[in-house]
Amino acid sequence: MSSLIVFKNARHWRTGEVISLAIEDGVIVPAPKHAGEFVRVFDCKAAVLAPGLVDLHVHLREPGQTNKESIETGSMAAAAGGFTDIACMPNTEPVIDTPAWVEWVLRRAEGAGHCRVHPIAAVTMGQKGEQLAPLQAMAQAGAVAFSDDGHPVRSAAMMRHGLEYARRTGLPIVCHEEDPDLKGDGVMNEGFTATRLGLRGIPNAAESVMCRRDADLAELTGARVHLAHLSTAQAFDALRDAKRRGLPVTGETCPHYWVLTDEAVGDYDTHAKMNPPLRSEEDRAACIAAIQDGTIDSFATDHAPHTSEEKKRPFAEAPFGIVGLETALALTITFLVKPGHITLARAIELWTDAPRRVFQFPEVDLEPGSSADLVLFDPDAEWTVDPSTFHTKGRNTPFAGWTLNGRVLATMLAGRFTHLDDGFGLQRADASSTGAAQ
Amino acid sequence: MPTASAVQNPTPLGAGIFSTRNTDDRHLLAIEGMSRDHLLELLESAAREREWLRAGGPDRTDLAGCTVLLAFIEDSTRTRVSFEIAARRLGANAVAFSASASSLSKGETLLDTMRLFEAMGAHLLVVRHAVSGTAAHLARHLARPGVINAGDGMHEHPTQGLLDLLTLQDAWGGRFEGRRLAIIGDIAHSRVARSAIAGLTTLGAEVTVCGPGTLMPLDVESLGCSVADSVEDAMSGADAVMALRLQRERMEKGLLPSGAEYARVWGVNRKRVALMKPEAPVLHPGPVNRGTELEPEVADSARSLILAQVANGVAVRCAVLKRCWHALQAAS
Repeated sequence: MSSLIVFKNARHWRTGEVISLAIEDGVIVPAPKHAGEFVRVFDCKAAVLAPGLVDLHVHLREPGQTNKESIETGSMAAAAGGFTDIACMPNTEPVIDTPAWVEWVLRRAEGAGHCRVHPIAAVTMGQKGEQLAPLQAMAQAGAVAFSDDGHPVRSAAMMRHGLEYARRTGLPIVCHEEDPDLKGDGVMNEGFTATRLGLRGIPNAAESVMCRRDADLAELTGARVHLAHLSTAQAFDALRDAKRRGLPVTGETCPHYWVLTDEAVGDYDTHAKMNPPLRSEEDRAACIAAIQDGTIDSFATDHAPHTSEEKKRPFAEAPFGIVGLETALALTITFLVKPGHITLARAIELWTDAPRRVFQFPEVDLEPGSSADLVLFDPDAEWTVDPSTFHTKGRNTPFAGWTLNGRVLATMLAGRFTHLDDGFGLQRADASSTGAAQ
Repeated sequence: MPTASAVQNPTPLGAGIFSTRNTDDRHLLAIEGMSRDHLLELLESAAREREWLRAGGPDRTDLAGCTVLLAFIEDSTRTRVSFEIAARRLGANAVAFSASASSLSKGETLLDTMRLFEAMGAHLLVVRHAVSGTAAHLARHLARPGVINAGDGMHEHPTQGLLDLLTLQDAWGGRFEGRRLAIIGDIAHSRVARSAIAGLTTLGAEVTVCGPGTLMPLDVESLGCSVADSVEDAMSGADAVMALRLQRERMEKGLLPSGAEYARVWGVNRKRVALMKPEAPVLHPGPVNRGTELEPEVADSARSLILAQVANGVAVRCAVLKRCWHALQAAS
């Protein structure tokens, strides 16, 4: 006999209604009229219950760079952040460019068991932009998208071939949009702070010219293009234009682009170094506007762990990237929902239904029959970011010491708890005495 | 600009802004952020050192017991020699460290190498490096020694900035208010320009910059200077001009067509010098590309203060070494 788990006094993420939810065999079932001894009842105390969060853009660093992160630690961090599904980038060592490596990642993630890991496979062999990778076979092996993330496809002709070839799989190509020549040796946003610090800048146009190129190639080929981690006003405009033209183009942005500007680099702080770089206040405002008007299809973290040693190098020599899985929801609530830019329901949609649509994952809902992939969180709970408590190996966050609102209390993957926050008293109601889940 | 909500989160990054600038007198990392009083005090001290140097006074013992490590990871002759003379004349143990012969080429990080010197008892590290922010980086991660920035990439060259200020202070009869310096050339890659702009604007003078669009950084006005379209506009009525050195690699990277075109459009020549106020001097951080950024006749004219700058450099470095050494002693 399988056991039943019941969440009571939870708030529905979309409607705000107080609900109870019963789970059996990994699936949401109608709440029982009366409960037996195998019922475990959790009193949610009006915390919000939502489908598990989805992150389309994560660097798990395995194989080959387990000093930075592993599938085990990265997916554990995902669970702690409320995620049940993450897509991981292929810029590992070696690059994920064969079906065998796709299967290897899947197997490894299954062994870890903290969340579903969906491999994104390379577009070109070794992400070198020269020879197409076996996209069909990798799709069959379980790849959910293709990307040369970290290494933009320099040649427009190669991108065209990739799109033409990928079209048959129905999977999108995720584009890291950055013209390599315009970027040059740039290490941060081109603007006042770069000028002050004497650091080489990356202009906004490095991102937007490639967005426009790839939108036109989506039109030419009919294949799906997903624009990754957009950061500039001009790139948001390019995505907006592509949608107006009815092209199969979608796009994502990340929390740091709506929270921070390049001033956060301060005096060469490498924890504010990522690619694309933090931009100007105008870009930050344009990011929020693009979220509000529906231009942005999905959120993503671009979780990019590095070792403390690497981040201790001089600014120009330190690697690009910050971790994001364990602060994503709180940064969304604190900087988009609390100031009133979007509703909580819309914010959650951009971490749940919206990314599932972009990568065509099965829908998850709080209805009987749906897989019990859930996150329970208290949107008002305050907590202070302490990187030493992170589950990721990465400590590279610009948000250390920040006080944020929104705490993940529990994450459930197919009916099994993958994260339970002990600090916030999600208490198990006494099953034998209450026995009732309404 | 912090957002309304970000204000509640004074970012620890913001705190870093102050911790790595010159709030700690052990270090000299940048002119930007130094107060007016602080600058004037240093200039006054440098002027006193210059009197002693000019008078040919005997060597001193101000820095007795101080080990000064000259770590020039990027090539430099004049700055290194200038620091070395200053340190030795004040009685310090000056040790030069050459990067090519060092463990840096064996893959050790710069920070680890500097930690070795710290362990060996170096008190002051004078650092020249091609990467912007290197001096601030070392000051942040090393526990004890004072760090003196002798030029970090395209960021700042604060002792050059101070010697330019001292040179101009003399030329301008001690008054910075109401004066205007024109800086001509490669502003984008120039640490000399950044230090000069920061120092002069803090002391109440104005700076106009002018150069090819490819060598002008974005938002350069936010450094506190104005931008002129032509060298003629920049130099007309100016109280001094500083021509910057043009690196050959700028042409190789396609940022400029040729040295000849540069000399024609942006070179500081006699005709352009005549547009300035009478007796307005000509400065150059050196080494000079004669015939490119500076007409030879101008470089050798009485208006040229290039050698005075070099002499002032030793005096300024004496003052800086003393200040950092005293702060280090006070701290320990």
